[in-house]
Amino acid sequence: MARRQRTALVSSLRRRKTGNVVMLALTYIAALLATLPLVFILFHLLRQGASTLTPDFFTNMPRPVGEAGGGMSNAIVGTLILIAIACAIGLPVGVGAGLYLAEKRAGALAMTVRFLSDVLNGLPSIVLGIFAWQFLVRPFGRFSALAGGIALGAMMIPLVTRTTEEMIRLVPNSLREAALALGYPRWRTSMSVILRTALPGIVTGALVAVARIAGETAPLLFTAFGNQFWSTSLDEPIAALPLQIFAYAISPYDEWHAQAWAGALVLIVIVLIISLAARHVTRARFGSATD
Amino acid sequence: MIAEEIEDSPRKPCLAARELSAFFGRSRVVSNVTIDFRDREVTAIIGPSGCGKSTLLRCLNRMHETAPGATVSGTVTLDSTDIYAPGADPIAVRRHIGMVFQRPTPFPTMSISDNVTAGLKILGRKAPRGKDAEDIVEGALRHAGLWEEVKDRLGESAIALSGGQQQRLCIARALAIRPRVILLDEPTASLDPLSSQKVEELVYQLKQDIAVVIVTHNLQQAARVSDRTAFLLLGDLIENAPTNTLFTAPADPRTEAYITGRFG
Amino acid sequence: MILAGVAPGDRVYQLAITAFALVVPALLVLIAIAIGVAAWPAFATAGLSFITSSEWNVQAGKFGAAPAIYGTLVSSFIALLLATPLAVGVAIFLSEIAPKWLRQPVAFLVDLLAAIPSVVYGLWGIFFLVPMLREHVVPFLRDTLHLGSTPLFSGPAYGPSMLAAGVILAIMALPYISAVTREVLLAVPRSQRDAALALGATKWEMIWDAVIPYARSGIIGGIILGLGRALGETMAVTMVIGNRPEISASLLAPGYTMASLIANEFTEATSDLHLSALMAVGAVLFTITLIVNAIARWLVWRVASGPRS
Repeated sequence: MARRQRTALVSSLRRRKTGNVVMLALTYIAALLATLPLVFILFHLLRQGASTLTPDFFTNMPRPVGEAGGGMSNAIVGTLILIAIACAIGLPVGVGAGLYLAEKRAGALAMTVRFLSDVLNGLPSIVLGIFAWQFLVRPFGRFSALAGGIALGAMMIPLVTRTTEEMIRLVPNSLREAALALGYPRWRTSMSVILRTALPGIVTGALVAVARIAGETAPLLFTAFGNQFWSTSLDEPIAALPLQIFAYAISPYDEWHAQAWAGALVLIVIVLIISLAARHVTRARFGSATD
Repeated sequence: MIAEEIEDSPRKPCLAARELSAFFGRSRVVSNVTIDFRDREVTAIIGPSGCGKSTLLRCLNRMHETAPGATVSGTVTLDSTDIYAPGADPIAVRRHIGMVFQRPTPFPTMSISDNVTAGLKILGRKAPRGKDAEDIVEGALRHAGLWEEVKDRLGESAIALSGGQQQRLCIARALAIRPRVILLDEPTASLDPLSSQKVEELVYQLKQDIAVVIVTHNLQQAARVSDRTAFLLLGDLIENAPTNTLFTAPADPRTEAYITGRFG
Repeated sequence: MILAGVAPGDRVYQLAITAFALVVPALLVLIAIAIGVAAWPAFATAGLSFITSSEWNVQAGKFGAAPAIYGTLVSSFIALLLATPLAVGVAIFLSEIAPKWLRQPVAFLVDLLAAIPSVVYGLWGIFFLVPMLREHVVPFLRDTLHLGSTPLFSGPAYGPSMLAAGVILAIMALPYISAVTREVLLAVPRSQRDAALALGATKWEMIWDAVIPYARSGIIGGIILGLGRALGETMAVTMVIGNRPEISASLLAPGYTMASLIANEFTEATSDLHLSALMAVGAVLFTITLIVNAIARWLVWRVASGPRS
């Protein structure tokens, strides 16, 4: 009797151990499968995009179908302009709101703003495009770079707000007290001591936000619209790399497909550089903290 | 200074608390404390942990109220001006009554010399510059006994200094704005014995010019550095006497119990 | 002794940061107003049939968004079905199982998936994912697994399809789900794990019986967050779904989502009613994602602030 129970126990243990190994192995497979698409995408981008990616691509304007060569100089410049406008709006508002959240912590308004900024962060980007179109394109009767930049800036706000808040919370309270004890007004304490100490983390957050909006396309359909010609004017339609990639990708021409791949490669390199820079800033910060 | 004034003992108080109580929300952590702190003397505040000694100290330069839910009642006068009067600005108060904390708090993004002048920079256009600023940095660092150790690396980051050096840097930073009083909240609690000794020597130097109030849980330290000692228990001021008297002939049995190590 | 001195700076500073903080709720209100105003004519014309009718005929001025709503829900459902086990598996791998040296790089690669722009996914989808599905996956499903006779995999398979949209959305939602899941798994206290191991549990039993239940509502929050992403995703879906306003049982048939409908028809919309109808689709999308996100955040927050007794 006791013996039979023992055998049952042993066989159940063996079964449990097998289950353990199988499930653990499955998580390895999940990790492999999850990283596979990235490898595929990067591989295809390099293979398809690299051959079209000549210096001309960066300096030439788009050419009509049938003409070889051509580039996306206008779209690259356009994307940089849009990012600049977005930063001019998203950074001050986001950092300011982040300061507010860090300072008020559990106040009713702070809780509401924190929750709503998370909700805003989850809204589809196309919705922000409609918002900018309704208020900034429709009344003026023209698409514009400014409307596009504002739509992207609005997307940055919740991202920058939450990272700013988190980074400021990492600054020890003792530094704040030390500044107050020296007779610093609160605003000087925030600006000269707290923000300055949290700066590397906030820069990281800002870079992550920029990386995310740099490739945004949907809101630009309603605002910046795209432009086949050279334009840097803020109140006119402006070309953007993601828009150009989209237009070329859904076209029926092979030359344009090649251009789309090259554009996508440039875009992903920009995004990767920004993402890596963000990681580097973070590492530099923690490196100095351990000295 | 006129000789008679120095002879004139007991010296008149420069900082005085009357019926001072401090609260966190509804709970009272300091109860009706009345105490004088005299110019060019070191006053030590001792007591078991949680007795409210740090809170009492933080009421003396209006730092207590910076914590959420913290309130104060009673008065504190600095040279007979009420620092809690309706027109008094806590920022101005803190510039006359400096404070140094338990853990060194150098500003990590600033150099050593920038840390010393941190309190002056907020004066804006009136802030000293160039040679004036250099003189102030040197003066404050010499005063804090740190000059010889850091004079060749004033531009380096302050977080490269040792803990003891950082603490003396914080004292130099507090001295650079020429306060009337300096409050030290367990300034050696996080330091090694050698660094602690240097800070104690510095406290002795400081009282040549200004009033010093030091909170400490180390009775030997209180006995070594202070002229007067105040004993606080559960927010009540039990006894306040010349240090010699308090440690040799305490008037209250609770003081005696504490200094002979029977509780706390 | 002068103790008086005003600090107008502090008041200005408080006002400024409060104003910046108020931008966030103000932005949400403005978005709601913008969409409401733009969508109103279409809602007024079509009434409730806007969301129940499946006839989307621009020439006839008939706007029924049901196919797009259906397509959005189905493509997102496929995405979650595919992404959830993978994402939770990766999160478990990263927080519980992987050797230390492997955690950082794998986490970085998975996070990078979230950094790839939507339009790049779309490009890759058009030229690689769609052909691969048509030439390898669909024959496998039909011939090897004999699923061709079920309605889900019947009909002609041109390429752009609901299935393609679901697969690409799965890849795009995966990093969001796994990031949140990893975060909540890391928040599970050590004591929970130790207690399970002390009872003689195997490592997997510890994860499944002690760690996952503790983090469950956070994981569900992460999945719903991923759902929010999938519902609103525009460019990549527009490029692979085929853009046809019809409801079809087959996953191999082309379809439409709300976001892809707006993006695809916006530039060619000339009549005011057509434009308004597109904005009305945006309004439905806005409402759905707003609710989904609010639920997700609430669930994640509940875990982050610890279990309540």
